[in-house]
Amino acid sequence: MTLYIRARLSYGEDFELKVDSELPLKGVTALFGRSGCGKTTLLRIIAGLERIQGAAVRFGDQHWQQGRNFIPLHKRRIGLVFQEHSLLPHLSVRENLLYGYRRTPEPLRRLHPPEVTAMLGIDDLLERRIDQLSGGQRQRVSLGRALLISPQLLLLDEPLAALDTQTKREIMPFLSRMATESEVPIIMVSHAPDEVERLADWVAFMHEGQIQLTESLRHALARPHSPLFDDAGAVSVLEGCLGETVEDGLRLFGSPGTQLWVPDFDQSRRQPSQNQQTADQRTLRLRILARDVSLSLDDPHRISIQNHLLVTIERIDPPHNNRIVVACRTANQQLLLAEVTPRAVKQLGLAPGQHLFALIKSVALLE
Amino acid sequence: MAALGPAEWQAISVTFRLCLYTTLILLTLATPLAWWLAQGRSTVRVIIQAVVALPLVLPPTVLGFYLLIVLGPRGVVGETLQNLGLHHLAFSFEGILVASVLYSMPFAVQPLTEAFRNLGRRPVEVASSLGAGVVDRFRTVIFPLTRGGFLVAATLTFAHTLGEFGVILMLGGSIPGETKVLSVLIYDHAEAMNYDAAHSLSLMLLVFAFATLFVVYSINRRFAVAKL
Repeated sequence: MTLYIRARLSYGEDFELKVDSELPLKGVTALFGRSGCGKTTLLRIIAGLERIQGAAVRFGDQHWQQGRNFIPLHKRRIGLVFQEHSLLPHLSVRENLLYGYRRTPEPLRRLHPPEVTAMLGIDDLLERRIDQLSGGQRQRVSLGRALLISPQLLLLDEPLAALDTQTKREIMPFLSRMATESEVPIIMVSHAPDEVERLADWVAFMHEGQIQLTESLRHALARPHSPLFDDAGAVSVLEGCLGETVEDGLRLFGSPGTQLWVPDFDQSRRQPSQNQQTADQRTLRLRILARDVSLSLDDPHRISIQNHLLVTIERIDPPHNNRIVVACRTANQQLLLAEVTPRAVKQLGLAPGQHLFALIKSVALLE
Repeated sequence: MAALGPAEWQAISVTFRLCLYTTLILLTLATPLAWWLAQGRSTVRVIIQAVVALPLVLPPTVLGFYLLIVLGPRGVVGETLQNLGLHHLAFSFEGILVASVLYSMPFAVQPLTEAFRNLGRRPVEVASSLGAGVVDRFRTVIFPLTRGGFLVAATLTFAHTLGEFGVILMLGGSIPGETKVLSVLIYDHAEAMNYDAAHSLSLMLLVFAFATLFVVYSINRRFAVAKL
């Protein structure tokens, strides 16, 4: 199932939106691009908040907008979460949460208040007034309220942008859990690569009012100069589950052959999950900067770096700023990028198909 | 000061009905108009806004004069009504009601426009996404969040209609039980050198007007504080 959008719109001479694309409706799709590239406008057209003449929006086989046919937002069953807090100030937390739930016809209700409030950790806030909530709590209530209409689609407009780093870290786990547990397709506007790497399954790259390319996150990260790479350079994302083994404050991650030691985070921070899956069995993501990965022809033992993976070179990119990105496959076919100097490539005689060891200096667990 | 006689009571009744109907009609008309005005600042909106505000600056006699021409027996509206077998609107209660609605329009439209602008579009968009239709959104989100504006609009409209004089005199004349409102009666009393009667009615209006405004502003202050 896909979401089809066709829209043309120009504001004066500076800006033109020109979109004729399909977006996947499976998991999380990030609309990624710089500020002012038209992401939010596109989201508003999908929601039906902007009615553009000649635009077409089709969700699966439902024509939301076509010709003179226009289904208003309140009949589309879209959960909306905005950047800044948008709770109704004259209602309590509970009334906010139930506002949409009550207006959802009973046969369509799939998500119910107890499971949603537990998933978002807002059980204790229900009787509060809106002005008694912190920024992070407000955003969690907004997410819950959107989920409780059992939406066909969730649209998130930079839901973390207005929050400080600490609060962002607090919300992230809820967002990723929501994405995996609610089974509602999500389209999320973002300009932050780390949010995309953590949450998205698909990325639609937007530039100056156009969707240039929609691809899976895996593909997006495999490109030599992916727009997702910022100042820190190329990045790879490895997926896997946390293991049971803990040694010296490190926990084993991934499956045999691709096992890594990652910092074992504080157990108390982990929230119990409502679903059958526990936190340990969920697929998590590791973010690894290519410049933190070194290559070695043999497996060094007397070295402080803990994570050594046997990999196969898949591709060696042309030099860029006197650095070369070497794309390697791990034993379980995940892509790991290493950034080395052209001199190192020459000295080690690196070539595609070669087996060697990737030494990973630091990893970040995207939890 | 004199006690209130039957003529005074009759004028009070006409005035009260005029104020009440004007307020009810204006709130109904001004709500959608103010909503539309609050949605942007296009040229059409600016023109309409200026037209609505005209009674603030025009001499009431000008408005009354044009209404007399339009609503009277030889005016566009008056003649049409007569052709339909109805009465024209000059020198009638219905006529001064139409005049009051136009004359007090800015006092209903401006506070509501301001309230809707302050509300912004976000709460309404949120309510739509949560499945609320137009009427539902108005009832459960827009009205509760802007009731201070509605209160101010209703009171100012009522109080302003109470103080109407020139327009009514031009269009309605001074027909007891039909168009003779308090302000006109006070004028008549004063003309007839009947100062005692004029005084008691004037004082009554003064106290009433002050009390109304005082109550409104107190309530509104509480709303303003509660919204923080």
